[in-house]
Amino acid sequence: MTLEEALRPGTAQAHRPQILPAGGNGLLVRFALVAEPTAIAAAQSFHQRVTESDLPGVREIVPSLVSVLLRFDPEAVTRTEMAQRLETLLSEADWQSAAPHPAQRVWHLPVAFGGDHGPDLEGAAKLAGLSPQAAIDEITATPLSVLAIGFAPGQPYLGLLPEHWNLARRSELNPRVPKGALCVAVRQLVLFANASPTGWHQIARTAFDVFRPDQSDPVPLHAGDEVRLAPVSGTEMDALLKAGDPMGGARCEVRS
Amino acid sequence: MSGGSVILRALGPSVSVQDMGRPGRMAQGISRGGAVDPLALVEAAALLGSRSPLSALEMAVSGGRFEVTAPTRIALTGAPMQAELDGRPLRWGASHRMEPGEVLSIGAARTGMFGYLTFAGGIETPVVLGSRSAHLAAGIGSALESGARLPLGVDPEPDAPAMVLTQDDRFSGGTLRIIPGPQTGLFDEDTFARLTTTEFTRARQGNRQGVALESDAPALTSDKAEGLASDVIFEGDIQMTGAGTPYVLLAECQTIGGYPRIGTVLPCDLPRVAQAAPGTKLRFKAVTLDEADALAPRWETQLQAQRAKLRPLIRDPHDIHDLLGYQLISGVTVGRELEEENG
Repeated sequence: MTLEEALRPGTAQAHRPQILPAGGNGLLVRFALVAEPTAIAAAQSFHQRVTESDLPGVREIVPSLVSVLLRFDPEAVTRTEMAQRLETLLSEADWQSAAPHPAQRVWHLPVAFGGDHGPDLEGAAKLAGLSPQAAIDEITATPLSVLAIGFAPGQPYLGLLPEHWNLARRSELNPRVPKGALCVAVRQLVLFANASPTGWHQIARTAFDVFRPDQSDPVPLHAGDEVRLAPVSGTEMDALLKAGDPMGGARCEVRS
Repeated sequence: MSGGSVILRALGPSVSVQDMGRPGRMAQGISRGGAVDPLALVEAAALLGSRSPLSALEMAVSGGRFEVTAPTRIALTGAPMQAELDGRPLRWGASHRMEPGEVLSIGAARTGMFGYLTFAGGIETPVVLGSRSAHLAAGIGSALESGARLPLGVDPEPDAPAMVLTQDDRFSGGTLRIIPGPQTGLFDEDTFARLTTTEFTRARQGNRQGVALESDAPALTSDKAEGLASDVIFEGDIQMTGAGTPYVLLAECQTIGGYPRIGTVLPCDLPRVAQAAPGTKLRFKAVTLDEADALAPRWETQLQAQRAKLRPLIRDPHDIHDLLGYQLISGVTVGRELEEENG
């Protein structure tokens, strides 16, 4: 299928990799339309592959949940050439069974569940068919991966949680969750960069600041990093928030 | 040596420092931001003889009053606004010289939305992540307030002649060229066809993040968008909201979104979207990928094109070579009449 053909209305492919034009000087490699585990793994693996392969003319690589966006320099490479190179990369692996390399960096983030720091914990746990404590145990035992950074600066999408966490968004928008709110829906957790309205369920809070524009490393989390949530009490979280350190008690373990 | 500063007085509702923004940071969740009409910065660079676009004051709907503490050339570009220097009308789309003590008044936009005031030495506020642009959605910088002073760079050529150029008309709506995008395939052919045959009106809802459009036509919706994974979004994307009306993303948009996008407006036509005031008529026209790629010049190329349009702004009789060709009323003229005639 040519690029033009792939764009015809009514041709969206639900479950196979597609190379699709994406705005001026952009191409998107997408593995599925919905956030299914095989497509998420494929997108993570392909992001690693395309980053390592160092294709000439690539200006920007943007990983997302089930896709990778590539922005190219039109004076170095044409759209068709770029698409051919991506097609070649795609042909070199079976993306249905792709597994990303293990994360090099593991972040351990203190979070306080429930109470004022997670007003929706009880409701969300119930929707997942769990007691609040069982929900906390399960979420903190799950190795989470940074699936994408976006929507707001530095804001991570973490996942995937087990199937029963495939919660719909709240029927009523929560008008304001605070900066650092940890919210759950559709088997994912989002850690809010700023106070924001949301339809997601706020189950916890962290003092870890995901966006620090005045620092040399403004966005500490990267797509592909692993995240482990370490439960602390509400009082401990209050102290961490009061201390104002952007690390919020977190530490980053680097695997060799 | 310092270029002095600009003193901001009686500012309009939304004035901020903007440059070409922060491209290349989408993986960090940061959209380009920067001027919503980057062509206005390119126009200013041409008028001021700058090799690259400068940081400028972006003024939504209306400007304010400004004074400088050192002589400098200024450029007025983007949406044409009422402008006077010490009561003397100033031509828009032109450069002028401004002295300390003079008051520059910039009023309402005559047409369009965003006017730009550029100083020849640039604005020297701190650089954050490679840019001076306020990115309010990202929490970087802030809208400016009356009474503030901003440091200016030195005008490298304060005595260079004032220049004028005819601005590309992008202030009154018209046709937006689009290409299909990664989610066009979620819409059926009839819906896509209706997108390009419907006349839209710029709705009241709009800002630096995006602009809502409305029409009397039936909603343009997709029945395949249920459960869609959130995906990368960017400037120019046409999101179809639940109500089936288009929302065109601009410079300060978010970077991941869940609404299906029916196509993408070409970068060269985005100033036309940003500059459309509420009530302005807009249409979409699909072009091929080859056409689109040929229409995506870098700013360097755009700057050459703007430079080619420069002509001197005639303001003093001594500078007019064919002075005898002008009818001099009572044998006396002042720069203003000639300037207005030239305008």
